[in-house]
Amino acid sequence: MSMFGQVYVKNNQYKLKGDFHELTPNIPIRNADEGGRLMGVTNPRDMTYIHAYGGEAIFFESLAKGKLVASRCDNTKCKYKGSVWMPFRIYCPDCLHTMAVFDMTDLAKKTARIHTFMVCERSGAFNILDKPIKFINIEFDGVVTILMSYLLVGEPKIGMRVVPIFKKVDPTYTILDLSWVPEGTKEGQLPIGFSF
Amino acid sequence: MITFTQQQSKIPKLMRPVYIITAGVSKFDRAFPDKRTEEICIDAFTMASDMLDMEPAELKGYIHTCYYGHFADHFGDQLLGEAVIHDRLGLDPLGNIGVKTGGATGGSTLWEAVKAVASGYSDCTLAMGWERMDEVPTDEGNFLISCAADKDWESPLGHIYTGYYAVMAQKYWQVFGKEEDSFRRTMAEISVKHHNYARFNPYAQGPMKITIDDVLKSPVVAYPLRALDACLMSVGAACAIICDEETAIKLTQKSKNKPLRIWVAAGSHTLRPADRRDMEIPLLPNETAEQYKDFGKRFPGGERYPGFTGFLAARISAWYGYRMTGITNPMEDLDVVELHDAFTISDIQTYEDIGLRPYGYGRDYVESGDCYHINPKTGKPGRLPSNLSGGLIGCMHAVGATGIMQVFEIACHLWNRWAEMHGDEKYWKRCKRTKPDDWTNLQVKDAKRAMAISHAGVGSHVTATILMDADSLLKKDA
Repeated sequence: MSMFGQVYVKNNQYKLKGDFHELTPNIPIRNADEGGRLMGVTNPRDMTYIHAYGGEAIFFESLAKGKLVASRCDNTKCKYKGSVWMPFRIYCPDCLHTMAVFDMTDLAKKTARIHTFMVCERSGAFNILDKPIKFINIEFDGVVTILMSYLLVGEPKIGMRVVPIFKKVDPTYTILDLSWVPEGTKEGQLPIGFSF
Repeated sequence: MITFTQQQSKIPKLMRPVYIITAGVSKFDRAFPDKRTEEICIDAFTMASDMLDMEPAELKGYIHTCYYGHFADHFGDQLLGEAVIHDRLGLDPLGNIGVKTGGATGGSTLWEAVKAVASGYSDCTLAMGWERMDEVPTDEGNFLISCAADKDWESPLGHIYTGYYAVMAQKYWQVFGKEEDSFRRTMAEISVKHHNYARFNPYAQGPMKITIDDVLKSPVVAYPLRALDACLMSVGAACAIICDEETAIKLTQKSKNKPLRIWVAAGSHTLRPADRRDMEIPLLPNETAEQYKDFGKRFPGGERYPGFTGFLAARISAWYGYRMTGITNPMEDLDVVELHDAFTISDIQTYEDIGLRPYGYGRDYVESGDCYHINPKTGKPGRLPSNLSGGLIGCMHAVGATGIMQVFEIACHLWNRWAEMHGDEKYWKRCKRTKPDDWTNLQVKDAKRAMAISHAGVGSHVTATILMDADSLLKKDA
């Protein structure tokens, strides 16, 4: 029986289990207007990438625990000391010192608002979000950047106050575990798997 | 980076004059089931040698190094595609290198080819770009393009690049467009204009006679952007030959092409728009700090720069490029431009980034009629026509070739060969397309200076390529 490819790390080496690709045969491409003349061939490919989160792993792990962690430059010699970054960054782009992990969950709950948004009716292949997808870009007090994410309840508006929700049940450990709802949304209105 | 040191503000300087002497393009289309990539590259190269009235083999004999723009290896499932094309062009064992900066790949390829000549390493270089975007279904193509966004933070959100521009469109429309229907119609007018100009271009993939209402009724991709607001997904190739002065004179002896001076300047900004910090606007020569003093009052919500409404990379490429070449006012100093209209909204944003209009007033470049070949308001030539090729919306976006196609187009105007290269029946036949009965000559009369903007990602890389007739320079030591 086949099994999705799984990976774990032991002695700082990847260890692989299961099936990482399915073999599918090449199929000729023929010209229907010219008696089936050979034009080319399909090259099917089904691959699983093994991706390291490195120093950002704490961000993705924290989402499943209902926490939004940012990073803050605490280097006293940095011209921009105190800058808080969300998206999380490992290093300060100004001084290249490692930044401190900063739990901004409460800050997000109190100050997050929509900077801009869009409603996506189409998607590329491998999209797993339900359409239409409501992209929102979120600004926070005291944060130098603007986070891109998605709204799961209600209709977006510029300036709208929103609060974070987290996929704590069956998390994907991707950015999709973080979403947003309008301030005042009740727990019972949240999609399955998500909570405040 | 939100402030720049004195060293970073250095105006780039080429060590000797550099010239573009010829260029060529293939047909552009959504798919080429009957051609391998090398066939379309050789089509472009052959056109370049034809323009010099020279056999391809003779032109090849002058090339010393080669610069290949090919963005998306994963589209064609071929790593080192540059080596394949280099071999098929018969240019081994010359040194060559692949260049990839997303949508700006074509412009960046020229940037490298120009620097190689300017430094003295080579006297003649080939800049060749192509893209093969037909080897996967469209939705997988959209997925692959979205991989140019941050794969952990952005790509999983729909896997569709249009979305990353749509948030900009929404913000721009609300802040600078003041939520007016008239602004949305101006955006749509850009698509109408570019699809219409594509009708006069035999190489163009998307010729269409459409109306503003057609654009506004086209399917929503990512609201507020609709299908006809977006660029094409294309296959095709383009190339240019870059030389020092001595080689340029020698190679153009038998040709109608006059060697044109060429400069390329580049800028960048964060791949994730999310990471763009608020900063002061770097001013172009035709701007003052005074004019942006009360910007937030005039456009509430627009205080943040570049925020989601401007492209710092485009601003920086123009900042360097204008000072390199002596341009003090692009509306006065340039005669024709090709801009990177990936979407109607980004075309408007770019008008402001490169100083065709001040920030907040980009729509006026369209509404005034300045951007047209013939201004529909006055019936006179447009003040600075843009995207007469049809641009990315009407002509093509075969990513690695796009920036070079744009330079082919503006060079045709400066060589006064636009009508020949777009009107001659042989090119329509070669592309298996029908020349329209109302074909119109879009040659910009007496064009002497031109610019092409090549742009990547949501503004991660941008180049400004500036061409000038050598007898119409703005700065003696440029």
